[in-house]
Amino acid sequence: MWSIGSIGFAAPWLLLGLIALPILWILLRTVPPAPIRRRFPGVALLLGLTDDENQTDRTPWWLLLLRVLAVAAAIIGFAGPVLNPQNAREGTGDLVILLDGSWAGANNWQSRIDRVETLLVEAALADRRTAVINLNDLPVGDVPFAAPSEWRNRLPNILPQPWQPRDAAAWFAQNDGSFETYWISDGLDWDGRSDLLAELETRGSVTVFQTPRQTIGLRPARFENGEVIVSATRTPIGNPLETSITAVGLDPAGVERQLVTVPLGFNAGEPVAETVMVLPPELRNRITRFEVTGTRSAGAVSLTDDALKRREVALIAGRDEREGLELLSPLYYLREALEPTADIIDGTLSDILLANPDVIILADVASLAGSEGETVLEWVENGGMLLRFAGPRLAASDQGRNQIDPLLPVRLRSGGRSVGGAMSWGEPKTLAPFSTESPFFGLPIPDDVTVTSQVMAQPDPTLADRVIAQLSDGTPLVTRNLVGEGQIVLVHVTANAEWSTLPLSGLFVQMLERLAVSTRPTNPDETELAGTTWLPNEVMDAYGRLEDGSALPGVAGEVLAGRVPGPDLLPGLYTGADRQIAVNVIDTETVLNVAQWPARIAVEGMQIVRETALKGWLLSAAVMLLLIDVIASLAVGGRLRGPRADVAAALALLLMWAPDAQAQSADDFALRATSEVVLAHVVTGDAETDEIAEAGLLGLSQTLFRRTSIEPAAPIGVNIETDELAFFPFLYWPVTADQPLPSREAYAKLNRYLRTGGMIMFDTRDSDSARFGSGSPEGQKLQAIARSLDIPAIERIPPDHVLTRTFYLLQDFPGRYASRDVWVEAAPINAEQIEGMPFRNLNDGVTPVIIGGNDWARAWAVDDNGRRMFPVGRGMSGERQREIALRFGVNVIMHVLTGNYKSDQVHVPDLLDRLGQ
Amino acid sequence: MTTPLTLRSQAEALAAPLPPLLAEAEHLASTVLLGDHGRRRAGTGDTFWQYRPAQAHDEARSIDWRRSARSDANFVQDKEWQIAQSIILWVDQAASMSFRSDDNLPTKAARARTLGLACAILLIRGGERVGLTGLRLPPRRGEAQLMQMAELLSREEETDYGAPEAQGMLPHSRALFVSDFLGDIKPIEEALLRAADRGVGGALLQVLDPQEEAFPFDGRTIFESMSGALRHETLKAGDLRSRYLDRLAERKDRLQQLARITGWRFQTHHTGESATNALLWLYGALERNT
Repeated sequence: MWSIGSIGFAAPWLLLGLIALPILWILLRTVPPAPIRRRFPGVALLLGLTDDENQTDRTPWWLLLLRVLAVAAAIIGFAGPVLNPQNAREGTGDLVILLDGSWAGANNWQSRIDRVETLLVEAALADRRTAVINLNDLPVGDVPFAAPSEWRNRLPNILPQPWQPRDAAAWFAQNDGSFETYWISDGLDWDGRSDLLAELETRGSVTVFQTPRQTIGLRPARFENGEVIVSATRTPIGNPLETSITAVGLDPAGVERQLVTVPLGFNAGEPVAETVMVLPPELRNRITRFEVTGTRSAGAVSLTDDALKRREVALIAGRDEREGLELLSPLYYLREALEPTADIIDGTLSDILLANPDVIILADVASLAGSEGETVLEWVENGGMLLRFAGPRLAASDQGRNQIDPLLPVRLRSGGRSVGGAMSWGEPKTLAPFSTESPFFGLPIPDDVTVTSQVMAQPDPTLADRVIAQLSDGTPLVTRNLVGEGQIVLVHVTANAEWSTLPLSGLFVQMLERLAVSTRPTNPDETELAGTTWLPNEVMDAYGRLEDGSALPGVAGEVLAGRVPGPDLLPGLYTGADRQIAVNVIDTETVLNVAQWPARIAVEGMQIVRETALKGWLLSAAVMLLLIDVIASLAVGGRLRGPRADVAAALALLLMWAPDAQAQSADDFALRATSEVVLAHVVTGDAETDEIAEAGLLGLSQTLFRRTSIEPAAPIGVNIETDELAFFPFLYWPVTADQPLPSREAYAKLNRYLRTGGMIMFDTRDSDSARFGSGSPEGQKLQAIARSLDIPAIERIPPDHVLTRTFYLLQDFPGRYASRDVWVEAAPINAEQIEGMPFRNLNDGVTPVIIGGNDWARAWAVDDNGRRMFPVGRGMSGERQREIALRFGVNVIMHVLTGNYKSDQVHVPDLLDRLGQ
Repeated sequence: MTTPLTLRSQAEALAAPLPPLLAEAEHLASTVLLGDHGRRRAGTGDTFWQYRPAQAHDEARSIDWRRSARSDANFVQDKEWQIAQSIILWVDQAASMSFRSDDNLPTKAARARTLGLACAILLIRGGERVGLTGLRLPPRRGEAQLMQMAELLSREEETDYGAPEAQGMLPHSRALFVSDFLGDIKPIEEALLRAADRGVGGALLQVLDPQEEAFPFDGRTIFESMSGALRHETLKAGDLRSRYLDRLAERKDRLQQLARITGWRFQTHHTGESATNALLWLYGALERNT
């Protein structure tokens, strides 16, 4: 197939037609558009008129270009262009397709399988025997050659494994025969890869498929200075890379959650990046694994084991009064020993127990208060560990003398003993080797550890079982009693160096570790694990997914010690007698290297480019261009104007159909609002408030209907954001504390409304609890709303305001509450009361706002049956108040609709008459 | 295409709302024929004018006995001398009149006929005598005349543009010319001047299609007259618009000028507008000076 760049042509000779385009250009250029014949009686007037310019007898250049493009598109389309034409791979003979099949390829495993599938398709076309081999899952026996179609069916069974291939060269060495090799590499180097390559090259040519993708591996997190250090490694290719690490663990409810996510950035060229997670111990101890966000591969998951767990240890000493003598403090050495590996809690025992520590250490504490003792015992039975050290107080007390103290593992003899001192016989005692049953078994005993004083255990039938460490003379040094799920351990010497040199030695720290008081070092060595069996708790597949491992067989400690995952050691979490060990794909030393291939090996990319036939697209483009040409030609020929313009108009109408429907509903709203007088309230978004506001306005409307010539229709809720306000003479706005502030457009609309004669009645509905100046939530909201509104100066309704006499003569304006704090626009300063007149001469304007908190809507509200919805006041006085409220409503609406009509002096005689003056 | 009957009924419908049209009645003496226009002097007629003492030449039967009985002398009842006006119509029936730009519009010819006949109906109801130019239908009164006129008006001519005939116009009568006046202006001019020579006054009504006023054309176009005899090709019709409109305005101006010289009245009517407006204008134009 002949091709230009990535486009190939099925029939390239057709492209010669493009040469004809310039000729076409010239031809088309000279042919003007055909004339239209028109009957036109006015032709008599046209006779003798000539055209000004002659250029239009040629087709306009853009129309020509359009046509030439259309023809060119058609020519190229028929030449059969194909994007990314695939040249079939040539080759004969047997073919082996190798897959690294390690965790590094799991992230885009499907693309690898797709690549294999295309290779198989090509092999099928070439009729080659093929074998697909996963290097991590080598078949038994010979190379399993089969028809490519058969292998295509088996492809879904080929899965990546969470380890790197081994021994592949040896396997191929046992099989003879020659074949060509396609090697789908994961991009990671592994031991034995070059051997395998050499072996394969003796059999035939090798082609490698590999993408220069970065592989990221997450190293086990470690604990330093109270912080969790998470580090990741990558194949050291170029660019800086930003990713993030997520710590996953169980929440208190036992549900797995992402506990924390921190960013992690690789610098350019750097293979390793580190980041720090600072976590509270409670959260940290919950972490079960770390993950690189968004990467599905076993290398991007790092399981945590005991290494990250830190025990909470509570220290309590009995001699707090001796301040300043740090080195003599019974807790000094404990603190020094535990601080690097455990979280230490200080405090009183009752406080400590609330924190539920793992270990409580009592250093020379003789007795606990009764209730405390019981609580501690209960805590021990639930799995706590109580570690006690002896000391002068314990030795001097009667604790555990005559009966067994539940908080001591053994009974004690009074006084203890002292050896090797100035006043005693004998040499200081050394430690006897640990017995095999002892948890301390295997610890080396330094020679310089001597004991000069100790408390003695009462000989007892159970004593021998409880001793886990003893002195060379057979006296117990450490005794232990298992209580419930927990244990109580007594060290028969002090925790400081007074009675022995034990706290000064390294043995002290190791013993604490063995007692699981502090955490052990990360990597147990082979000798330590020899002979043990570990059960897989959870195992991980190549995609980094965790599966239950309880059905799998146990793993020998020797295998586990290597920590190298393989078919016999799946990565995962293994549980031993008293600890857990995590086996991760990546350990702290793992270095990821890019698989480098010798120059003689052909390396191809992984991406599959599919052939895209462009013929259809180009031909449709040609047709589209010709359609445009039709319209353009009509336009140039004048056929889109004049008598046929109605076609265009019809098209335009069709396009405008949809907006028409919306206009319809807006028209309906306008008709409803304007065909009769309608009272409206602002929709606040609070359903109850809106309902009450509507019911209130309904009640007011009914009152107006009965008593006055105003006959309003049913009230309407108005959305100030979307609805037109100009239709309404009056808006009732109940202010709620949580309603949103109007948008900028709505404010503009409201201000226009207020300026052009609308009235808004703000009701904060809080007169029962709030007074002027006190900031109720509604009041603050009203301030916030009104801040951007164009509201004039206001004053409390003066006694001669026109509102007091527009229909009824009123001096009170109650709603459900009867506060006098009702505010309207202030009268002009120069308004003077004329002598003998009952009111000032205020001739202009309707107040744009009435602000109050009397909850008028509730006083007015009626339900569908016309019954009052809310009680007002009590008894007859309450009904009177409601009546006044309704009268105030009538006055307000009258004021809105008639303006200051009643302010006119013409009414003075009548009003004076009625006022009884 | 237009049967005389439908034309008549359309015209009747259009004429119905108007009061009878009374044409100007000046110089009645020359057309001494009976009509409904009182001459403000005694003569033959139907309406009472005055009682005068009987004279010797009066026949005895002409004495009004009822009046004479109230006095000693004999009285004769004089009638008012009444005569009728003659109005000659010319409605262009040439091919150019059969143009319409839109199916919803009437052709110019249809509009012209309807208006002409409506006028005729009004005039006949008013007692005038109405005829067509060119001796085809001399002025007469009565319903039969209307039928005949409708039939004559329904005919169509083959020529592209029509020209009025000045023959058969009675001196000092009135005339109404309805046409698009788009053809050669010479014959129109001549006819008008001849009519003016004979003391004939009247009205010119130019009926145009809206498209003829707007010229909404563009692109390469061949314009043809209705019979195809005249043609004009242009490559950019849009460029001709202003010049065409200039010429049209010039034509109207010329007609206006002619009308002013001859004492006629001129008006342009578009088929897109209401016919009643045009009829009202005709009413006003023919009623002038009465």
